[in-house]
Amino acid sequence: MTEHVVLRHRDIEGLDQLDTYLDNGGYKAFESIVRKKSPQQVIDLVKKSGLRGRGGAGFPTGVKWSFLTPDVFPRYVVANADESEPGTFKDREIMERNPFQFLEGVAICAYAAQANAAYIYCRGEFWDLAQELDRKIEELHARGLLGRKLFDSKYSLEMFTHLGAGAYICGEETALLESLEGKLGQPRLRPPFPAAEGLFAKPTVVNNVETLTNLPPIINRGAKWYSSIGTEKSTGTKVFSVSGNVERPGNYELPLGTTFRELIYDQAGGVPNDLSIKAILPAGASAPILPATDEVLDTGMDYESVPKVGSSLGSASIIVLDETVDIAWVLSKITDFFEHESCGKCTPCRDGTYWMKHIFDRLVDDTAQPHEIELLHSVGIGIQGKCLCALGEFAALAVTSAVERFRPEFELHVVEDSSKAA
Amino acid sequence: MLKDNHTQEIEGILAKYPPDQKRSAVMPLLFLAQREYGSLSPEAIAEVGDLLGLQSTEVASLVGFYTLYHDREGGKYRIQVCTDLPCALRGAQAFADELCDKLDIKMGETTPDGQVTVEEVKCLAACDRAPMFQLQEPDGIHYHEDQSVGSALALIEALRVKGQVD
Repeated sequence: MTEHVVLRHRDIEGLDQLDTYLDNGGYKAFESIVRKKSPQQVIDLVKKSGLRGRGGAGFPTGVKWSFLTPDVFPRYVVANADESEPGTFKDREIMERNPFQFLEGVAICAYAAQANAAYIYCRGEFWDLAQELDRKIEELHARGLLGRKLFDSKYSLEMFTHLGAGAYICGEETALLESLEGKLGQPRLRPPFPAAEGLFAKPTVVNNVETLTNLPPIINRGAKWYSSIGTEKSTGTKVFSVSGNVERPGNYELPLGTTFRELIYDQAGGVPNDLSIKAILPAGASAPILPATDEVLDTGMDYESVPKVGSSLGSASIIVLDETVDIAWVLSKITDFFEHESCGKCTPCRDGTYWMKHIFDRLVDDTAQPHEIELLHSVGIGIQGKCLCALGEFAALAVTSAVERFRPEFELHVVEDSSKAA
Repeated sequence: MLKDNHTQEIEGILAKYPPDQKRSAVMPLLFLAQREYGSLSPEAIAEVGDLLGLQSTEVASLVGFYTLYHDREGGKYRIQVCTDLPCALRGAQAFADELCDKLDIKMGETTPDGQVTVEEVKCLAACDRAPMFQLQEPDGIHYHEDQSVGSALALIEALRVKGQVD
C-alpha cells in the first residue's frame, strides 16, 4: 500500500503543523458537514463506510452513535486515548505526528452526536503529549475552528484534555467515564450503556483515537471509497503495531485482511537471526495465543478471519515470539500484568489473577507440581464469563489457550511426578 | 497553600468541567499537589479534598488506586522502566537490573542522595523502542526511548546536578 489514511504524516512532512494540515485539505471535512449536512446524514455516511471501532471491540462506529438517546442534552464525546495494552503504540504516534486529523475527527464525531463538549482522556503517562494537544486546541480556537458559532452556524464546540494517572482499566469505556468523573477507574454495570447514560449520566459517545482519525478522510472521500479498502465486513485500513522478535518493530498501516505473513516478513523484516516463529499474540496480552502454523501465517488480519483460527484481532498489536521463547515465561509476564491491573471490583478477576500469578511464580521457578498446570487452566476457565468488563476475560484467554495449545512447554517446568516414578 | 499559590491554574482546571461536576477536577488537582509538595501526604490529600468538598478518604482512595500518585516520598526523579512482555523481549529486564546494579540499589529503591528512584512499571505504549523508561519528575513525565545503560546513567548524572541546583 502506498498511501496512508491514518498515518498521513508519513506521506506529508510537517503535518503536525496547522498550516500544513490546512494546506493539505485539513478541516474541509468538518466545515462541509457543519455547513451542509445534518448530524443524521453524517451518522448514515459513517455507517455506510463500514468503519468499526479500532480500540479492540470492532463494533460498527456509526451504529454506536445511533444508539444515543434521542432528545436528551447535553451530550458528550470522549476520545479514548488511554492506550495501555502491551504491544499497542499506535494512538500515541497518531496524536504526536498527525494531531490535527485526530482533532478534526473528534470534532466530526461531536457534530454527529450533537455534543458541544468533547474530552480527550489521555493516559497520565502521555503528559507531554497532552500539553501539546492543549496548545493545538488553542490554535484551533484562534483560527475559528473551535469555539462558538462555527462557520456561521449555530453549532459550538469546546475540547478539553484530561489526564489519567496510571491504570490500564481506564481504557475500558465505562471505567474511563468513572475516572473522568473523578472516581476510581472501575467498570460500570451495563445497561445503561454510555449512549444512554455516559459521562455525568448524559448520552455519551466514547471512541478510540484511531477510529476518530479515520473520520476526516471518510467525509472527504466518501463511504464507497473507504469500504473499497479492506475486506467486505472489515473495511478500511488498520494501524498494526508490531513488537517482539522482529527486525523492524513499529506501526504499519495496511488494509484490513492483510496476512500475518506479509506484515511480519514483508513489512517488519522478519525474525532476527533467521529464527522461526513459535507463536503470535495477535491482540497484545488480551487474546488467545496462536501457534505460528502456515495456516495462521496466511490468515488475513481482520475481525472475521482471526477468530476462525482461534483468536481475535483486538487492537491489532502483534507480538511475535520466536522459537527460543519460553511460552510459560510469556504467560507469566502477561499474568503479572493482569494481576497488577485488575481493578479489584469483581472477585473472579481480582482473586483469579492473583492465584494464576502464584502458580506462574512456581512454574518459572521450576517448582510447580504436575497437577498445577490443570489447576492453572481451571482458574482461567473460572474467571471467564463472570466479570463486569472484558479485562477479566482477557486475563484468562491467553493463559487457557496457551495451556491447551502449548502444554509441553508448561510440562518442562514442573517437578517430576514422584508417584509415577515409584 | 495551593489555593493561594496556584489560584489561576486551579480556576483553569475547574473551568474544564460543568459547574456541578467539580469532582472531575480531583485528578488534575492531585497532580498539581504532587508537583507542589513532591508527594501526597495526608495533609496534601485533605487540602485537595477541601478544594472540591470531598472527604479525605475519598481522595486517598484515588491516590491508592492510580499508580502515578505517590503517598510516600521517593527520589526527586523516578526512573520507571517498562518490563512488560514486548519490552522484556527486547532486553528491558536485563537493562533495568544492570541499571540498578550500577546505581548500587535494588529495584524500587532510591539512591542514598535521595535523588533517583528506579521502579518497574507496566506497559507505557512504546514497545517498539525498548529498552525505555519514563522519567517522572516534579515538572511532569517524559519518555526516554531506545535506551542503553550508558545513556540512562548519563541522564541520571545530569539530573543529579540539576537536582542539587534546584
